[in-house]
Amino acid sequence: MSTRAIPKPAQVLRARRAAATGLLLLAVAFAAFCLHLAIGGTPIAIGDVLATLFGAAPDARTELAILEFRLPRSVAAVLAGAGFGVAGALTQNVARNPLASPDILGVTNGAALGAVCVLAISAHTAGRSELLVLYGLPVAATVGGLLVSALVFALVWRSSLESNRLVLVGLGFSGLCAALTSWMLTLGEIYNAQQALTWLAGTINAISWADLAIAPAVIVLGLVAAALLRNQREVLALDSDTSRALGMHLGRDRVLMLGIASLLAIAATVIAGPLAFVALASGHAARLVARGTIPPVPHAALIGAIFVLLADLLAARAFPVILPAGVATAVIGAPYLIFLVIRQSKIRQRG
Amino acid sequence: MREMNSSTIPAAPVNILRHNRSQPPFAPAAHLAARERPPTINRTTPRISSLLVLAAAVGAAIGLSLWIGSTTSSFAELRHALLAPDGQVSDIAIREIRWPRTVTALAAGAALGMAGTLIQGHTRNPIAEPGLLGINQGAALAIVSVAAFTGPQPAWTQALLALGGALLAALVVFGIGRIDGRGGSPITLLLVGAAVTALCAGVVSAIVLLSEAALETLRFWQVGSVVQGYESFLSLWPLLIAGTVLALANARGLNALTLGEDSARSLGITALHARGLGLAAIVALSGLAVTLAGPIAFLGLLVPHIARRIFGADYRWVIPGSALCGALLLCVADVLGRMLARPGELPVGVVIALLGAPFFIYVARRRKAVSV
Repeated sequence: MSTRAIPKPAQVLRARRAAATGLLLLAVAFAAFCLHLAIGGTPIAIGDVLATLFGAAPDARTELAILEFRLPRSVAAVLAGAGFGVAGALTQNVARNPLASPDILGVTNGAALGAVCVLAISAHTAGRSELLVLYGLPVAATVGGLLVSALVFALVWRSSLESNRLVLVGLGFSGLCAALTSWMLTLGEIYNAQQALTWLAGTINAISWADLAIAPAVIVLGLVAAALLRNQREVLALDSDTSRALGMHLGRDRVLMLGIASLLAIAATVIAGPLAFVALASGHAARLVARGTIPPVPHAALIGAIFVLLADLLAARAFPVILPAGVATAVIGAPYLIFLVIRQSKIRQRG
Repeated sequence: MREMNSSTIPAAPVNILRHNRSQPPFAPAAHLAARERPPTINRTTPRISSLLVLAAAVGAAIGLSLWIGSTTSSFAELRHALLAPDGQVSDIAIREIRWPRTVTALAAGAALGMAGTLIQGHTRNPIAEPGLLGINQGAALAIVSVAAFTGPQPAWTQALLALGGALLAALVVFGIGRIDGRGGSPITLLLVGAAVTALCAGVVSAIVLLSEAALETLRFWQVGSVVQGYESFLSLWPLLIAGTVLALANARGLNALTLGEDSARSLGITALHARGLGLAAIVALSGLAVTLAGPIAFLGLLVPHIARRIFGADYRWVIPGSALCGALLLCVADVLGRMLARPGELPVGVVIALLGAPFFIYVARRRKAVSV
C-alpha cells in the first residue's frame, strides 16, 4: 500500500508511456475502423461515414449501407481482433513465453474442429439445420477449443509451462486438429463445403447483426475479467518460485488465466474463423509498445483490432476477388513470427 | 561412482557381489580386458533380413492397395486383372486406377522417407521433416503460382519449379535456424518452418481462390493425395533415382558428421561437402514427392524414427530402410484412406497427419527430445 503512495519515477514513466501509447492506438484503431467502413463495393466519403455513425446520415441509402451491411463486418473485425489479441497476451503472460499463443497452441484449431463437426452434422439434418448451426456451433467450438487447451497444458504441466515443449506439443495438436477437420469435411459430405472451407480460412465477409449474438458478450466479459486480473498477471510474470513465495495460488491463477484466454480465442474463432497469427502478433506487439513486464489488456485488444481491420481491408479490397481475411493475417503474421524467433534466439544467446 | 564408493565402506563385499555377479570380485585385470575387447557382433545379417522383411511388407501393401478400393475386388478378379486382362470393369479399376496410385504412393513415400531421414540426420533434430519445415509447402507454392498464371505445366517444368521452391524454402529455414548455432535448435527450426508453411499455404489458398478456372486442379496442392501423380512419375522416375543415389552417397558423410564436424574432418569428410550433398538430396527428393503427391506433412517425421529403431545408427542402412518404410507407410495410409471414408475417400495427406501428429506430440514430450 505504502509503495503506491510514493510512486517510483520508473513506474510513473512507464504508466505515462502506457497511457500515451494507449491513446495513440485508440486513435489509430478508430481511423482504421472508419476506413474499413468507408472502403467497400462503392466508396463512401469519410465525412459521411462519421455523420452516419453519429446519427446524422446524409441519405437513407448511405445509412442502410453503413448500419446494416458494413457496420456488422467492422464490429466483427474489432471484436475478433480484440479477443484474439487479449487471448494471446494472457497466454504469453502465463507461459512466460512470447511464442505461446492460442493459435500456435492449437486452441483455435480445436474450436474450428468443433465447429466443422456441427457443420458436417447439419448437412444431414434437413429442416432444423439453421437452428443447429446458430446454437450448436458456438457450443461445439467451445468444447473443442477447451478440450485441446486442457490436453496441451495437462501434457506439459509437470515439466514446466515455460519450456518450449509447450509450443511443440501445441504445434502437434494444431496438426492433429487440422487433419481431423479435413476428415470431417470429407465424411460429412457437406453440401456447402465451399462455405466451410472459406470459414476455415478465417473470414468476416457476409456477417450480419444476427450472427453477432453470444460470442461478442463472451469477448466483452473476457476483456473485462482480464483487465481486472491485472495484479495476478503481474505476479505471474515473475518466475514461479518468486510468485509462490509471494503467496500466490500459482496453479489456480494459471488455470483461471488460461481459461479466460481460451474462451476469448474460442469466441473470436466463432465470429471470424481461425485467423492465423493475430493472437501471437498482437500479444507480443502490445508488450513491445507499452514496454511493461506484461502486455496491457487495452493495448493488446486495440492492436488485435487494428490488425484484423487492416488485414480484412487488404484481403477483401486489394484483389479482384474477395479473399478471406485469414489469408492476409497469415501472410503478414508469418514474417512477424520469424522476426520473433530470431529476436528470441538472439536474446537467448546473450544469456 | 556408487560402485567405487561402496567398495570403501564395510559392506563392500556384498555390494561387489551384487553388482558384478558374473565377474570374480578381485580380478580387475580380467575384467578390464573383457571390457576392452567387446565380442564382435554380426549386425549385417539381421539388417539384411530386416530389409527383406520390409520389402516383403511393401509387396503385401501393393497387393492390398490393388485389392481394396471403393469396392473390394475378389481374388479371382485380382488374378484376372494381373495375368489375363481383357478389359472388364474390375480389370480397368485395378490396372488403370489402383496400380497408378500405388506406384505414385510408393515413389512419393520412399522419397519423403529418405528426405526426412536426411533432414533429421543433418540437423540432429528428431522433430524435423520436410513437411513441418515448410520445404514441401515452398515447392507447392512454386508450382501453384506458375500454374495460376500460365496454366498447367508439363511434369518436368513442374518438377523443376518444385525443386526451386523447395531449395528456396530450405535455404530460408536452415539459414534462419542457424542463428541458434550449428544445425539450429529444434524449436527455432520448427517455428521458422511453421511460419514458412503458413506463409506459403496462405499464398497458395489466395491463388487458388483467385484463379477460379484452375481451382479444381489446384485444390490438390492443399492437402496431398496420390490420385493424379502417375503421369508425372512416368517422366520423373530418373529424379527419384538421382535423389536416391545422392542420399546413399551422403550416408558415409552423415555417419561421420554424427560424430561432430571436427571428428568428421579427421576422417577425411569435409563438412561443407557433405552438407551440400545432403541439401541437394533433400531438395531433389522432397521436390519430387511434392510434384507427385502434393505437400504431405508428418511422413518424413515418422519414417526416420521407425528406420532408426530397426537399423540402428548407421545411415548406410537407415537410408535404404527409410525408403522402404516410407513407401510402405504411404501405401498403407492410402489404402486406409480408401477404407475410412467410404464411399468417398480421405486424401492420404490427412491420414498421414492423423497418424503422425500424435507421434509428433509423443516425441516432443519426451525429455531428451534434442539429440538424434
